[in-house]
Amino acid sequence: MEIRQHEKEPVELKDDRVFTWPNLVVKEFLAAILVTIGLLFYSFYVDAPLSELSDPAHAENPAKAPWYFAGLQEQLVYFDPWYAGVVLPSIIVVGLILLPFLDNNPKGNGYFTFRERKFAIVVFISGYVFWYLLIYVGTALRGPFWTFFWPWQEWTHSFPTPAPLHNLPLPLGIALSIGFYTVGLVFPLFIKKGILFRNLGIIRYAITMGLLLTMIGTAGKMILRLVFNIKYVIATPWINI
Amino acid sequence: MEIPDLKKKLMDSVNEIWKTVFRHGFKDTPRNRALIIISNVWLHLHPAQVREHGTKIRFTWCMGGITFFVFLFELVTGILLMFYYTPDVNKAYADMADLMFVVPYGRLLRNSHRWAAHAMVITVSVHMLRVFLSGSYKVPRQFNWVVGVLLLLITFLLSFTGYLLPWDQLGYWAITVGMNMGRATPFLGYEGPFSHLLGVTINNDVRFALIGGTTIGAPALLRAYVWHCIAIPLIAAALMMVHFWRIRKDGGISGRL
Ligand code: HEM
Repeated sequence: MEIRQHEKEPVELKDDRVFTWPNLVVKEFLAAILVTIGLLFYSFYVDAPLSELSDPAHAENPAKAPWYFAGLQEQLVYFDPWYAGVVLPSIIVVGLILLPFLDNNPKGNGYFTFRERKFAIVVFISGYVFWYLLIYVGTALRGPFWTFFWPWQEWTHSFPTPAPLHNLPLPLGIALSIGFYTVGLVFPLFIKKGILFRNLGIIRYAITMGLLLTMIGTAGKMILRLVFNIKYVIATPWINI
Repeated sequence: MEIPDLKKKLMDSVNEIWKTVFRHGFKDTPRNRALIIISNVWLHLHPAQVREHGTKIRFTWCMGGITFFVFLFELVTGILLMFYYTPDVNKAYADMADLMFVVPYGRLLRNSHRWAAHAMVITVSVHMLRVFLSGSYKVPRQFNWVVGVLLLLITFLLSFTGYLLPWDQLGYWAITVGMNMGRATPFLGYEGPFSHLLGVTINNDVRFALIGGTTIGAPALLRAYVWHCIAIPLIAAALMMVHFWRIRKDGGISGRL
């Protein structure tokens, strides 16, 4: 019964603090109730999809991954499956894990600010938007045979044959890729007297720019494909990019 | 005996019984407010006092908490669904149809389990966005961000493994798309670059390990079921324990110093 011995002891609040009960707990309970009501209401009116019994002999056309992976599936248009489905998501995960160790800007720790960390926010938001953009295209704008349809177009099976694709000659492709990464690494050294490099130090800078350039390169390859009908930038018997 | 006397006696005995359960009185005193939190096994996940901005929806967007709650919601509805569902290729689809048309409240149960799964994927992504924008992954919370990234991955995998279970065309071909990527894994998938260097073939690559065969059939369904209902939820729960414990050890909710 130790608790009762201290019954009269006052409990004081520290300066910027409030009691968790009820200040926080009330909001949590309220949120839980609202979420439950929302889910039940939605579930009452909208049925979860259930299509026909699975049949290995009859492929769905288009066969779509769940929406949160549809962005990766969309990348299959531009890259081989080993990149779109395995290496790209792995790079994203590794990049996310490394993020706190790459971003050594001491400002903006624990409060919302854009001004004090413009570079980090622009890069992260670009990636975030890129991811959802791909998801939108993959889920909403891809019809039979993964053909592109605008929202106002009807999905049909009669669409014009896509233009033939070609590869870049290997030397050109390699030169282009090396050039891209080299210019990408060197260019920021001349912006604002290379402040990015000076802030990050060589290791963080190399990893950060490597990840960022890979993100930009992924988008760049999409443009090459869409505008110039280029299938592979680097085509070898072992691996194609 | 006077009436006020009786009332006091009654309240005292109620208070005694209350205390055996909750270990503190029910009067609203500062002391009891603190005890409510620290003497309750569930609530003492929280500190007794928090910095005021941490209770503001405009700071946390409530997204981590809601993600956790939706996870609990999935546990409850998922356990109920397990009463009706058999991970057998000859039964799974019929069980789904039963849930939709025969089982009382089965439709509501299945619908809400599905929509909550989607909701969790969305809320966890928004939570990550909030943590990024408020710079809450910075010193000393770097490691909790890493735990968070693993939780994000786990959330995707939870949802993905559940997708096959209805054994309908939608799930079957969605998993096929996923496994076509799996077999293209460099080194480890039989169609992936450099896989021949390791002697990887169709019946010993990662895809084979994931679906227990060379095509998506009965073993794939059973594996998806075991991952979805047992293994991944356990991993998720373990990671969440670390995640929540670290929030406190890292000095509570982040904020201006
Ligand atoms: C199942 C998934 C997750 C659950 C249930 C969860 C839950 C929570 C909760 C309840 C909080 C307290 C503050 C808040 O609500 O915002 C929190 C904070 C935090 N979460 Fe998560 N989280 C999850 C995933 C993630 C992810 C994906 C990340 C980042 C990649 C992350 C990183 C963090 C960090 C760094 C904090 C500390 C924030 C601060 O102190 O301001 N979490 N999490």
